[in-house]
Amino acid sequence: MNIGVLAVQGAFIEHERCLQQLGVTVSEIRKQEDLWQHTFDGIILPGGESTVMGKLIRDLGLYEPMLMLIKNGLPVFGTCAGLLLLAQQIDGGVGSHFACMDIAVKRNAYGRQLGSFTIQQEMKGLGVIPMVFIRAPYIETVGKKVPVLAEVDGKIVAAREDNMLVTAFHPEVTADLSVHRYFLGMVRNHSL
Amino acid sequence: MNNDRYELNKNLAQMLKGGVIMDVTTPEQAKIAESAGACAVMALERIPADIRAAGGVSRMSDPKMIRGIQEAVSIPVMAKVRIGHFVEAQILEAIEIDYIDESEVLSPADDRLHIDKTKFAVPFVCGAKDLGEALRRIAEGAAMIRTKGEPGTGDIIQAVRHMRMITGEMARLQALPEEELYNAAKELAAPYDLVKYVHDHGKLPVVNFAAGGLATPADAALMMQLGAEGVFVGSGIFKSGNPEKRAAAIVQAVTNYNDSQILAKLSEGLGEAMVGINEQEIQLLMAERGK
Repeated sequence: MNIGVLAVQGAFIEHERCLQQLGVTVSEIRKQEDLWQHTFDGIILPGGESTVMGKLIRDLGLYEPMLMLIKNGLPVFGTCAGLLLLAQQIDGGVGSHFACMDIAVKRNAYGRQLGSFTIQQEMKGLGVIPMVFIRAPYIETVGKKVPVLAEVDGKIVAAREDNMLVTAFHPEVTADLSVHRYFLGMVRNHSL
Repeated sequence: MNNDRYELNKNLAQMLKGGVIMDVTTPEQAKIAESAGACAVMALERIPADIRAAGGVSRMSDPKMIRGIQEAVSIPVMAKVRIGHFVEAQILEAIEIDYIDESEVLSPADDRLHIDKTKFAVPFVCGAKDLGEALRRIAEGAAMIRTKGEPGTGDIIQAVRHMRMITGEMARLQALPEEELYNAAKELAAPYDLVKYVHDHGKLPVVNFAAGGLATPADAALMMQLGAEGVFVGSGIFKSGNPEKRAAAIVQAVTNYNDSQILAKLSEGLGEAMVGINEQEIQLLMAERGK
């Protein structure tokens, strides 16, 4: 199994470490050739700054080919900025990146860094897990075909639509690997 | 400051990795930086090259000016306080700054002590020339470290010296037998537990960026290849001929710092780089402020 991790900016190494602990091969995606040189069973869009990642995927020619992969059903997991990359709507406007997941998202929804927080909360099917929110967004509304997987104070912070899994929090900066395990389960089901 | 808050503050620095933090003096510059791909901006009244030229005492920027920049962009906003000036830091915390740079670029307020950063909820980044200095700042509560390359010069030599010094000292610590660590802590003038962390992990317990004297995509890639996890670019962008283009090129150079084909393309036709001053020509070594 080979998982591609978008490595243009942000906390991609943390995701790679989680995957390596789960015995999975990882390839970094930094430029177009990286997409042709490997076959991917799934892709992770990490946390970072969504404005930076959104610009770099375009400047580096990653936007079209990655969008095709996702639309063709390749499992994809977005955390924080990665969630923003997938969202159809951001802050009431039209999503400005891949815009392929039927969710409406509010950016920096908890304010500046002083609003960042950690909480133990339940994620559907995984039990109570640590959730780390760093200048995080939350999901304001989801489409009919998008099951909600976790809520904190009535705000949606994890959801799934077919091959797309998103969390507003950062499982990759904790020692808990259950969300990554859940994603690898999606990957296995997809390749069956 | 509770431990959760410190973890969250280190986590924010992790999200900035692989990115470029740019000095800006106006909301307009902040917007240019954001659309060029800056992962954060440093709000200050004068960029280091102008601080150097103006001389005199240099202080924290006007909170109103910083607020204007906070309102102009959605990325994190950082600002500088003088070394040891904890009230300037309290003021920046009151306006909910995302990161405080306790910086040698401004005139130091205390010639012995740095700020006790554990007293604050907002994160701090501090400069370091060597490993001992980096670990002392971390012990005081810094959630991020950067090199102390000579600001406002466009000369990369000091940032290179500091980064090589820190990575070299870390490699040496890693190779030491455990019974020598206490003595190493004494020599580094740093706490034992942090020395032990570096020995065990081969890296700092916080993110480490390069700063000071970066002016070109090649400079940024050089620092990344030397082990920086991201870069600060100060005067190098808005003192150059074509800030938008140079900023965007530096952002891409940090992502693909190992790809010389891409770096060659990025280095083309950027217009004039900041003129710069050589290390030997400067009167004031800011890196010598605070140790």
